[in-house]
Amino acid sequence: MRYSVLQILKEGLTGNRGWKPVWREPEPKKRYDVIVVGGGGHGLATAYYLATVHGLTDVAVLEKGWLGSGNVGRNTTIVRSNYLLPGNEPFYELSMKLWEGLEQDFNYNAMVSQRGIINLYHSDAQRDAAARRANAMILAGADGVLLDREALERICPYLDFDNERFPIAGGLCQPRGGTVRHDAVAWGYARGADRRGVDLIQNREVTGFDIRNGVCHGVETNRGTIGADRVAVCVAGSSGKVMGYAGLRLPIESHVLQAFVTEGLKPAVPGVITYGAGHFYVSQSDKGGLVFGGDIDGYNSYAQRGNLPTLEDVCEGGMALMPTIGRARVLRIWGGLVDMSMDGSPFIDRTSVDGLFFNGGWNYGGFKATPASGYCYAHLIATGEPHPVATEMRLDRFERGAAIDEKGVGAQPNLH
Amino acid sequence: MIIDHPLLGPRDAQEFVILGDASLIDRPDWQAEDSAQQFHDYQHLRDNPAGEHRELWFHEQGDRSWLVVTRNTLTHEVLKVELARDVAMARGRGR
Repeated sequence: MRYSVLQILKEGLTGNRGWKPVWREPEPKKRYDVIVVGGGGHGLATAYYLATVHGLTDVAVLEKGWLGSGNVGRNTTIVRSNYLLPGNEPFYELSMKLWEGLEQDFNYNAMVSQRGIINLYHSDAQRDAAARRANAMILAGADGVLLDREALERICPYLDFDNERFPIAGGLCQPRGGTVRHDAVAWGYARGADRRGVDLIQNREVTGFDIRNGVCHGVETNRGTIGADRVAVCVAGSSGKVMGYAGLRLPIESHVLQAFVTEGLKPAVPGVITYGAGHFYVSQSDKGGLVFGGDIDGYNSYAQRGNLPTLEDVCEGGMALMPTIGRARVLRIWGGLVDMSMDGSPFIDRTSVDGLFFNGGWNYGGFKATPASGYCYAHLIATGEPHPVATEMRLDRFERGAAIDEKGVGAQPNLH
Repeated sequence: MIIDHPLLGPRDAQEFVILGDASLIDRPDWQAEDSAQQFHDYQHLRDNPAGEHRELWFHEQGDRSWLVVTRNTLTHEVLKVELARDVAMARGRGR
């Protein structure tokens, strides 16, 4: 069923009895052309673009829980393409362009809201860095404008502009950045893939790979073996565990990243604001809650929850940036399992096992990348060649000295 | 998290910074034939286990000792704390 205004009117007038389940719940076949391991945002996007762009519909997505039960439902919903390095920025700008056409493409309301993202700067050196970043963004076809203090005071007058230690001098704004309803992204991709014949198999955990003579012939699951010509893993925080079944070690550690939501407030934060003198970012959801976060806790974790010192650190950042936030009460705190790579950049690549592909290392920034990640991963799986904007995202880049260290802080996960 | 320091007793994990997997103690031999490959693996690849994990912590806000902490990454429970010096000596790293 195609969703439209006419459909809503028709259903509204006939008692809403015609709506169908959004996707099927099929039993898996014995064998597929492609198996995607992981039914999160990236996995579902991969299946969707395999079907729509490459015409591959003999595809199954295996998910150990329910669709979208991982990080796509646990993030802070920000989309942006304000990257600096040539290995990153064209990829994230492709993602931004895909976000912009996404709802029309998969016929689902993902509430893409381009209300802008502002990265504040507090010193002359930071202003220079922001100008350089804006130029890099513009060169890659994105948009970036420098806002001075007067312009910022009109947009968000409640910021602590005259902070003793870190006065706010201005900000780098990407007007096309913003937020997207995260669950709807998973549901939209799932529905789009399902309608084109992709089998979405839930409650099916992959427990091993069928690898013979260096070639992957399928996966072992908690309920039997399924054959496949190509197996594409994208399991984010569980990357180390799943690729370990294939005997592969990755340049990835799993960490915990916390996020926070306050009670609902009147509209105050127009877009996304990030602090330039500490790690803190905030946006306001459509329900009015302030959604904010900061650094990862910094130690390896699979617990999906963090600890209080990081909560304190994030809240201190918030108080330094906008003291008024101290009046808001935090209602919800949660932690997501993030796959931190050694240089803070992701991987979309083949592996040393033929027929086994890997997508991961998204750090704390996987959500914004969802469309381009699926698009480029599908391209790699279908054609065997990396997509032109993802050629740097290789697993062997550390051996070649070609790390993509966006922050320039060194090759260790808890520095990013 | 509370880290039970072998010399100082229970201390708040906030006093420490973590470096990562304790395998970083096992620095490869730079004169080996395949030392470039060994150093790549040493620096960049990780076991990243869900469960027991041995890792290096530095008591930066304390006595500045290096510790090997065995911790469960699924529950954050600290299972065992040793002086990194003792672990390294036991592995034949000392002189």
